[in-house]
Amino acid sequence: MPLHHRLASAATYVLLVAGSLVMLGPLLWMLAASFKSIPEILAFPPTLLPKSFDPRNYRQVFEQADFLRYFLNSTVIAAITVVSVLVTSSLAGYAFAKFTFPGRNVLFVLVLATLMIPFQVRVIPLYVLAGDLHLLNTYAGMVLPSLVDAFGIFLMRQFLTAVPSELIEVARVDGAGELRIFFRIVLPLAKPALSALAIFTLVSSWESFLWPLLVASSPDMYTLPLGLAQFAGRYLSRTDLQMAASTLTVIPLLVAFLIMQRRFIEGLATTGFK
Amino acid sequence: MTLTQQARTARAAGATGGRPPRGGTGMRRRQTLWAYAFLSPALVLFAVTVIYPMIRAFQYSLYRWPLGSAPKVFVGLQNYRQLITDDQTFHRSVWNTLYFTVVSVVPTVALALAVALLLNRPRLRARGVFRTIYFVPVVTSLVAVGYVWKALLEPTFGIVNTVLGWFGIPGPGWLGDPGWALNGIVLMSIWRDVGFYMVILLAGLQAIPREILEAATMDGAGPWQRFRRITLPLLNPSILLATVIGVIAGLQLFTQVYVMTGSAQQPAGGPLNSTRSAVLFIVQNAFGPLEMGYPSAAAFLLFILIMLVTLLQFRFVQRKFEY
Repeated sequence: MPLHHRLASAATYVLLVAGSLVMLGPLLWMLAASFKSIPEILAFPPTLLPKSFDPRNYRQVFEQADFLRYFLNSTVIAAITVVSVLVTSSLAGYAFAKFTFPGRNVLFVLVLATLMIPFQVRVIPLYVLAGDLHLLNTYAGMVLPSLVDAFGIFLMRQFLTAVPSELIEVARVDGAGELRIFFRIVLPLAKPALSALAIFTLVSSWESFLWPLLVASSPDMYTLPLGLAQFAGRYLSRTDLQMAASTLTVIPLLVAFLIMQRRFIEGLATTGFK
Repeated sequence: MTLTQQARTARAAGATGGRPPRGGTGMRRRQTLWAYAFLSPALVLFAVTVIYPMIRAFQYSLYRWPLGSAPKVFVGLQNYRQLITDDQTFHRSVWNTLYFTVVSVVPTVALALAVALLLNRPRLRARGVFRTIYFVPVVTSLVAVGYVWKALLEPTFGIVNTVLGWFGIPGPGWLGDPGWALNGIVLMSIWRDVGFYMVILLAGLQAIPREILEAATMDGAGPWQRFRRITLPLLNPSILLATVIGVIAGLQLFTQVYVMTGSAQQPAGGPLNSTRSAVLFIVQNAFGPLEMGYPSAAAFLLFILIMLVTLLQFRFVQRKFEY
């Protein structure tokens, strides 16, 4: 390899490694601080590793706030949301892709138009509605705004349009019912799109903050991000406890990501128009 | 939406889509019934959670509408007039939102492009590892990293100012300084989002055939010329997609500000309104005094702003593609 190529190659690695340190640095700092005491965190010059890996901060966090419960709440809410979005999106996407019916184009344009409506326009009436239906501080209320997703319908319709209609025709001629066709032929074919949409919906649900903040009023309904915010608000100057609680909040999704990296990156980036 | 997607949508919408209608009206009616049966769960939920709230929001915006017992009063466009002409805090929040959007999206996309270019170099080892590392912040909880960055940006003990000190640069007061607080939030947002745009841009880069670049090298084009004349124009759709996503998300700034500037003693948005975003303004005006009308009008104004900016960007995309 000529010299200037080797230099360019070395520079590439130096830059990428430096960038990696910046990317991971704050998270490693969080992890280290979660085992430190306040004087250790504030020490100058800053220390890299904690003096000991005694999980006392974690113990104290679990004593003061039920993070397991928050995790469970986040999981239940994400599960309901993902199932609802997958069901409504695949059914509606299939109808738009493979059926001819009056009103189809108008409805599809309407669905797409709702993509433009930001959440904060809906949030005040949704809150009043949830109150009227007695859904405040319930799982049903927490999932209400995200049960259906125009983007999901759009994605499924795009994907299913490419599925050959002959497959469906043949099944119909063979006397298969419409539901059977949907579950036995269409859904299995739609797996890649469903998996991307599931990841995308999971992450949005896991991250959602504004709506849980308004709707969940008692600690037993807190989600992870909300529980963390309430906890950190109470222990304002306790960076040690905050970092332990933050680490607990970061771990679940991070682990899921490390296990299913490819699906995550595809799910978030290829469907990432939102 | 990329252009190819748009083209596909247009083509699909133009074609008859499903099976050709045959077998007479009975068959067609059956198809219509099934289609609406499949659509009904989505349509019912849309009506309840999107259309109805939308209509109500507009209705609220024409009233003084306290939640609870006090009677509502019709005020017409008074709320809008007050927001546009009088309310300094609202003006500041819109300005903050626009500032945040521009100052975070531009460097994020530029840095993401730089990382994507480095990762796309031929014969690079450990590409997958680097891609994972840069993507990790994207899947970390925004609330959690908000608190992490709040600690990192602490003026006296924080790592950011410590590192700046090594280079002889006196660090600013960050979140405590009205002139710097929003920049602190920008810094954190750039860190968290670079990986996301990097993946979009890397996908775009990998779609550029290497032969074109090799041919250009044969013709004597230098690295900068290849980048400027070939890579950048071919990457335009991906860059614009990344920018549109970033701008829509940026205009809805809320969580970072809430987490990094608020506390039990002091509502978020400070110091001196310097970090109050439009969404934070809406939320604080609605759920503090429990008034539905005035903040609904603010929400509609923000909605119009987002629509205008998005349409403007798509106009820009179309013009870019005429050559």
